[in-house]
Amino acid sequence: MTSPESESSPILVVNDITRSFGGLLAVAVEHLEIPRHRITALIGPNGAGKTTFFNVLTGFDRAGTGTWIFDGVDISGWPAYRIAQQGMVRTFQLTKALAGMTVYDNMLLAAPRQTGERILIAPLRFPWRAREAIVRQRAIALLEDFGLRAMQHEFAGTLSGGQRKLLEMARALMTEPQLLMFDEPMAGVNPALVQSLLDHVKRLRDDGLTIVFVEHDMDVVMSIADRVVCLAEGKVIAEGPPRDIVADPHVIEAYLGHRRTPIS
Amino acid sequence: MDWSGIFSDATRTGLGINAAVYALAAVGLNLQFGYTGLWNFGQAGFLLVGAYGTAIAVNSWGLWLGWAVLVGIGAAVLLGLILGVPTLRLRADYLAIVTISAAEILRITANSTSVQSVTGGPQGIPGFANWFFDHNPIPKGRYGFGRITYTHRDLWVILVSWTLVVLASLLVALLVKSPWGRVVRAIREDEDAVRSLGKNVFAYKMQSLVLGGVIGAIGGIMLVIDRQFVEPNQFESAITFFAFAAVILGGAGTIWGPILGAIAFWFLVEGSQSFLRQAVSHDFLGSSHVLTSTQVGPVRFVLVGLLIMLLVIFRPQGFLGSRREVMVGD
Repeated sequence: MTSPESESSPILVVNDITRSFGGLLAVAVEHLEIPRHRITALIGPNGAGKTTFFNVLTGFDRAGTGTWIFDGVDISGWPAYRIAQQGMVRTFQLTKALAGMTVYDNMLLAAPRQTGERILIAPLRFPWRAREAIVRQRAIALLEDFGLRAMQHEFAGTLSGGQRKLLEMARALMTEPQLLMFDEPMAGVNPALVQSLLDHVKRLRDDGLTIVFVEHDMDVVMSIADRVVCLAEGKVIAEGPPRDIVADPHVIEAYLGHRRTPIS
Repeated sequence: MDWSGIFSDATRTGLGINAAVYALAAVGLNLQFGYTGLWNFGQAGFLLVGAYGTAIAVNSWGLWLGWAVLVGIGAAVLLGLILGVPTLRLRADYLAIVTISAAEILRITANSTSVQSVTGGPQGIPGFANWFFDHNPIPKGRYGFGRITYTHRDLWVILVSWTLVVLASLLVALLVKSPWGRVVRAIREDEDAVRSLGKNVFAYKMQSLVLGGVIGAIGGIMLVIDRQFVEPNQFESAITFFAFAAVILGGAGTIWGPILGAIAFWFLVEGSQSFLRQAVSHDFLGSSHVLTSTQVGPVRFVLVGLLIMLLVIFRPQGFLGSRREVMVGD
């Protein structure tokens, strides 16, 4: 038996997850392992169940059946906030920047272990001052990193689509995660910003994080993913290195459909 | 027209006990609605349980008024928990429906003759706050300046009530400027985002609902202490809507907005009443042909409603709110 922290063991192990809506089986993943310190891309045609799968794993949707073990801990069916506290943190396809709050407050909010978040302690100030100072330092460093320092005191609602994606990424990092789950991180991002986002994602992996992301753009997938998982009709139909996946006949079939009659 | 009379009537009421009670209701509602985004349409219910809890504890159980007030506050905590558990996990509108229904159920139940032995039914409960007035340190007399004066009795209730308003606002100010406040403001913006960052949204919403309800209940307690009388009709749903009006007038999500809003609301209500009465009795601009003196009561609320509509159209952020914060959207 390997210890859960073992470097070579997968960070997330999924078994027999199903999720159906009425008669429609949206997700039916028998087995999936997410390797540690790697970038895994989750691809698949529209309606393949990628986002539903994401929602189930992160506690934003309820699975019909199944278990998933994160870093040795069975987190099946846990509420979303506890999964996030455990170190598995997601972003959303449509960014959820907290529009009426400043960029800075967006960042500070996300920090874990804040004593000042307890209602009975919050009004006193002195018990949480020290922690707040650390949180602020970290927020400023991350904003600097993501090129958002100049926008620090702007309302998040005034940011452009790409800047919001950057903010969501930086904010997710404030939670000190181990596994980051990005749902279409490049969707709606100005092409000029895509490269910068990609570089950030690669650097996060090099810093020791594990990343799973849903993506449609195959150029993006090919350029940063270490591993690709292809879903179709809720099932994993192929997984492996990007080069093998794009050549896999099952994947091509899922995207382009069956060949009915041989071309003569 | 006696303009200075109208002004002093308006000011006397704007600083009076009703304004203080509504200010407490509004400060609580502002925490729930202005900061956390909870649609509590049953603030009147929190005032009611506070008031009845206190009155029943003195009247039926013979408790000292101080302990009785704690019973009233405890009742508000319980009401918050009962309303919050089933609704705070659901969409925002469920809370609105459940709270407004609960407030009405409580009022109608208190009015029912089947519980008359406890609540007094429609007759209510009189005379449970003697201790409060026996300990009035202010010597007999009238106090104030110019035509704005209060009796020593009224002044005592008013001073205590406004002190509580300020204390409640300071507590809310400390809370919303803390990391706790950051979380609830974020919940107001988008609770799924907050969940995804590892915060137990349900717990924060519950804390906000209960604390806002308790602040409202303290308002209800001061209202019935002032009257030395509690009856169901003091807790019509209109209280909730007037408290909302105060929050929106002053600026939702600001510290002093609800207080300013409550003062402005009662200033306008009393001012327009005083103005209309005088206008009708002096036939100002032929108004006695349009209005009788008995119609003045309801018509003043039409005027106040108009003023609030104008304010919301031209200054949606209220007196103290930030326009940018209101205008920024997704």
